[in-house]
This record gives sequence, structure tokens and C-alpha cells, in this order.
Amino acid sequence: MELTSLDLLESEAIHIIREVVAEFERPALLFSGGKDSVLMLHLATKAFWPGRVPFPVLHVDTGHNFPEVIEFRDRTVERLGLHLEVGSVQEFIDRGELAERADGTRNPLQTVPLLDAIARNKFDAVFGGGRRDEDKARAKERILSLRDEFGQWDPRNQRPELWNLYNGRHTVGQHVRAFPISNWTELDVWRYIGREGIELPSLYFAHEREVFSRDGMWRAVGEVSAPRPGEEVMLKKVRYRTVGDMSCTGAVASEAVTVHDVVREVAASTLTERGATRADDRISEAAMEDRKKDGYF
Amino acid sequence: MSTVTETPLAHATLFRFATAGSVDDGKSTLVGRLLHDSKAILADTLDAVTRTSATRGFGGENGSTQRIDLALLTDGLRAEREQGITIDVAYRYFTTNRRSFILADCPGHIQYTKNTVTGASTADAVVVLIDARKGVLEQTRRHLSVLRLLRVPNVLVAVNKIDLVGFREDIFRAIEADLQSVAAEIGLPQLVVVPVSALEGDNVVDRSSHTPWYTGPSLLDVLETLPTTDEVERGLEPLRFPVQLVIRPQGALAPELVVADDAGAPLRDRRDFRDYRAYAGQLASGSVSVGEQITVLPSGRSATVIGIDFAGQSLQRAVAPQSVSLRLSEEIDIARGDVIAATGTFGEVSQDLYAELCWLSSKPLREGSKVLIKHGSKTVQALIRAVIGKLDLDTFGYEAASVLELNDIGTAQIRLSSALPIETYALHRRTGAFLVIDPQDGNTLAAGLVKENLRD
Repeated sequence: MELTSLDLLESEAIHIIREVVAEFERPALLFSGGKDSVLMLHLATKAFWPGRVPFPVLHVDTGHNFPEVIEFRDRTVERLGLHLEVGSVQEFIDRGELAERADGTRNPLQTVPLLDAIARNKFDAVFGGGRRDEDKARAKERILSLRDEFGQWDPRNQRPELWNLYNGRHTVGQHVRAFPISNWTELDVWRYIGREGIELPSLYFAHEREVFSRDGMWRAVGEVSAPRPGEEVMLKKVRYRTVGDMSCTGAVASEAVTVHDVVREVAASTLTERGATRADDRISEAAMEDRKKDGYF
Repeated sequence: MSTVTETPLAHATLFRFATAGSVDDGKSTLVGRLLHDSKAILADTLDAVTRTSATRGFGGENGSTQRIDLALLTDGLRAEREQGITIDVAYRYFTTNRRSFILADCPGHIQYTKNTVTGASTADAVVVLIDARKGVLEQTRRHLSVLRLLRVPNVLVAVNKIDLVGFREDIFRAIEADLQSVAAEIGLPQLVVVPVSALEGDNVVDRSSHTPWYTGPSLLDVLETLPTTDEVERGLEPLRFPVQLVIRPQGALAPELVVADDAGAPLRDRRDFRDYRAYAGQLASGSVSVGEQITVLPSGRSATVIGIDFAGQSLQRAVAPQSVSLRLSEEIDIARGDVIAATGTFGEVSQDLYAELCWLSSKPLREGSKVLIKHGSKTVQALIRAVIGKLDLDTFGYEAASVLELNDIGTAQIRLSSALPIETYALHRRTGAFLVIDPQDGNTLAAGLVKENLRD
């Protein structure tokens, strides 16, 4: 029997998801409606078939999300009969517990509501769709990654990860982030989405949108991302490679309307996914490392 | 969705390998070279590296062959850059026309045993680097000893910086002979030895014209054609299936439960799942087929496999390392931590064992310590009855010891709080391995390899 690389990655991820569900009291899955979290949810439905996915999903809503992604999120939760827990950046800002940044980007502000939701719900394990190919800080992340009572990641004090034996032991106040698709690349994700026929929010595929150019990316015209004087608005055919906060996520010019088109486009791409479309990762060379140490996804 | 399979590599296999080397062997450069030449580095990353390289004096106007500092391609965390060290294993991904690779890039200088053990535990192959100017060092012997102990199926040695010894065959042959004699001494099979220059690219991806006397394949050619651990062991080892979970949804059935045949006609409806009960897990070794007799360990009760389910698909057969759910003919008491094995392939379960412990913690191991042991999907308490001896990695012999410290490898006698289906690591790479965990803070203390099953 010939197992393909996708079969092997799928089998590994399902093994990890089942281990976490067996060993933890209150796991939850981070679900934003982005492709990696959609993939995670798909793997979870396969892991527990014919049973229901045995944990709730958690979304940290920046308040600047694309409306079609929120609609997709709600529809998916409804379809699978899941419980959705939302941590709201906007509510923290309204209460004066978080301050809006000068650059208007809300992605780095997600850490506080995330840790709050984890503590409030007493989640002891949180599944994320992080992949090691995304960033050099992620490249050193463990599949099960221990966080202290402040949600901090300590890269110098990580447990060795041996064979496929995962050590999820933690003490009161600590929790574990679990990354079952650590070993997948962007291309693996797209090939698997194609193979399994997984539905995604429509903005992952080429569509016409009013955009303007900033920092070499196409930014959507919207309430939170208005063009500045001199930034010309155009109607262009674009798609998104990552789906984050509208204020910092850029689109790429694309003709890819099917998963197959996207796979071809990603295979031929000369830019990394985050480099092409995430302004927040361009802040500094160690932007992700700093956010992760503070408890980010 | 079948259109996607037209893209190359949709069916390629996955190959995991690790690198091991001493300081300044050029490991970062070799990894950078593999990533660069296999086009795994995209333009934005390459631009950043080229800019940094220029500020460090690379790529002058004299047409130097080296435009970028390849080692920067594997540059790690800011915490590491600030201290000029590598603190942890980093995972890298690249794809060729033949395979997808997962590379565990293990730092060489500090805690090399810990990092080599970690990287090697999941590797199908390990590439050990040595400097052609220095030949076989003490650390090379130690690396090879650790790899022998962990039974890494394929060990390759890259004799790097061959350009710095003028591409001389006699130097390479002398090192190669040294390596093969060390391998024979410690019981490793014949090594694959390749002369390379990571900096100039000789024999890394393509065969080099500078070494006409070397007729073997390039390093990447070897990595592209070696069999994976599962391919090697699948046929040799009997079924071992540690049960992760019992799937018994009763009322909590998935809302979209459809079981259909290939033509889309429904085979089962929701009522048929009312009494559904299956055992979920990943095959650690071997294969399983519908109709096969199995025995549950440690209880020793037997049953027949009546179904292999995977997310609504009914399979006739599954092989390691697939994740599936097994349905059995008898309602026997099976819980997480039990192992389903092919009937007649397992002796007796035991509460006592000897094991080789690779000690990975700064907290030393002493006789009488109480620890936790995670084996397969089961965690039990254990008592370290005695530390028997410590492995001398230079001679691959044992010396007396009563304490194991960080980076030591030694033998201990262990008593378990309940019997486990323990097997020797020499025969079962996956089911002979376990973790030693600190019951106080939960940290991983050691990688354990079962040496011998003490039955009396």
C-alpha cells in the first residue's frame, strides 16, 4: 500500500489531535475561518468520526475581519453543531483595557483577549493551525508547546520531542498549545484542500475588488483600510493567501478561481505567504518571535 | 477534485532526515545549500539574506562565487543571534521532483546528545558532517554511537570542505576508511560517505567535476532514493496498535453523517451508529486486515477485526503509520493505553525492565527516583531500582555509574507500577521506546530504549 506525503501528514495530525483530546480536560480549537483553521477542523471531524468534534472552537475577533469570513465561520460552526466562543478585541478597546495602535493594526492586540478567553474558559489545551514553514520562530516551535501562567513561550526551555510520544503534562495555570499541522507546508495545505474538497471563504479565490497599493501589497478599500492621499484606487482581480485582520492583510493579483489554479499559483510563487500578504510580519525581523513570546497564537 | 493530482508530487512520499555535526563543520552552510539549490528559498527571504550578506562583505565586485552567506538562510531566533549560538532543533521543509523532505536541523555544540537524540528519534536518515581538514573526531564517534543506539535506518557522512584540501582523493579515502572502521567497531552497517563542498555546492545537489575519482551519487541523490523507516520495517514487524481512544458516540453523533458507496448510494443511516464502538489509534508497526485475529495487551483477550474505519471509509487493510479505528467481534474491555497486537506475536507483559536512558535534563537521575513513564498511549509510575552503568561513547563500552547527568547515556533497572507490553528497542523501534517524565514539574527527563525484558 502506497501512502502519499499527504496521507502521512494527515495520519500524523489525527494522531496528535486524538492524543490531546485523550490527555486534556478542556481542549479548544482556534478557529478564524482562515484556511489553516478550516483544515484543522476538517481533520478533527475525521479523527472522531462518527462522533461529533468533542471540543468548542474559539475565535479572537479583531473587529476588523472580512465580513465574508465571519459569515463562513458562523455557517461552519452551525453545520458541525459546535459551540463557538468569541474573544473580542473591540470589547477590550471599548473598556479601555487595550489601546488602538498608531498604525491601526489590530493583529498584535489579539494576545490579551486570547489569554483572557483561555483563562476564563479554563482551556488547558488550545489547538492552533500554526505551521513551521511560516516563520523562523515557528520553525523552532514544538508540536505540543507549554505556556506558563502568563501565556509566554520560552524558546530556550522547550521539552525535547521524541518519536511520536507527546508529553502534555502541565501544572495549574499552565496550558499547552497544540500544533498538529506543524509539518505541513502551504502547498501541502492547498493540495489537501483540493483532495478533500474542503470549502473555504470565497476571498481565497480570485474576485474583483476595489484596492490600492501600499508597501507592495494590494489592500482592500474598507472602513479600516482607507487609501491615503496619492494612493490610487483601482478595480483589480485579486485573491488572499492569508486571511487576517483587514487592516494589515494584503491581497495578491490573481486569476486563480479554483483550488487547482491556486495549487499551481502557490507552486510557482516566488514569495512566502506571510512576506507577500502580512504587514504585521514586516514590522521587524523578529516580529513573530516577539508576539509568540507574549502568548500570541 | 481529481484535477489537483496533475500537479507533480501530489503522490510523493515524505522523507525525514536530521543533520549532526560539530561546531564549524559547515552544517548551516550545507543546510542553506540544500534549501537554496532545491529552490526552497523564496525571493523575499533571499532578498533579506542578500542584503544582510552584503553588509557582512559578501558579493563584492570581484565576481566572488559566493554572493550570499548561505548560513544566514537557517538563521534562527533573535535570542540566538544576540548570543551567536543555536539553542534548539529547527525544522525545515523542501521539495524536489522526487520527494518532500522534513529536515531536523540540530545544533552541534551545546547539548549535542539531547539534540541528536531528538532529531534522530523520528529520522529516516541522519547526515553527519565532518571537516575534511580534521577527519574523524571524538565528536564524530559520539554522534555515530548515538545513531547506532537509536537504530537510525540510514546514516550518511558528508566529508565537507573537500575544496579546502584541494579535492584530493587520498585524503577522502583515508577519512572514509577511518569512518568505516569506526562503524564496524560500534556495530553500524556500512556508511554512505560523500565528499562535498557545501560552500561551493560540489556533490550536494549535483555531481561535481572537481572530484572525478568519486563515482557515487550526490548527497541529495542519496536522500531521494533511500527507503523510509516505515518502508523498511512495515513488512518485518507485526501489528502493534496502541489504543488512543474508544470511539462510542451514542447520542453525540456528527451532524453530517453520511456513509455512501462509490456511486453515492447511502449504505448506513444514523440509527446504525447507535451502538457504534471502535478503537482509535495509529498503527505503530505492521499491518492489519479485516478478518484478522488480534490479542489485546496487557489483558491477553483475543478477538477478530470486523471493520477498519477511517472517517466514513471502510478499509480492508491498514498499514503503519496510518491513523484508523478498529471494530472488533467481541465486546471486550479495552481502554486507552492498551495495545492491540497480531495474535501470537507477543510474549508476556512485564513490570520490570532494563533500559538505556538518554538523560536530557539538568536534574540528575539517582537510584530510588520515582518517575513517570509514557509508553505508546499509556503513562505509568515507575521506580528507578538501580543505575547499572554509563555508556562511554568513545569506546561504545560501559563504565560503572550510580548517577546519570545531562547528556549521559546509561542503563537502568526499572520497576513499573503496572505491567506494560514492553518490547526491546532492538526489535521494535517504535514500541521499544518511551519517555521518562518528572512527576513534579512534568518535564521530559529522558528518552528510554528498552534493552531487555526481565521476566523473572
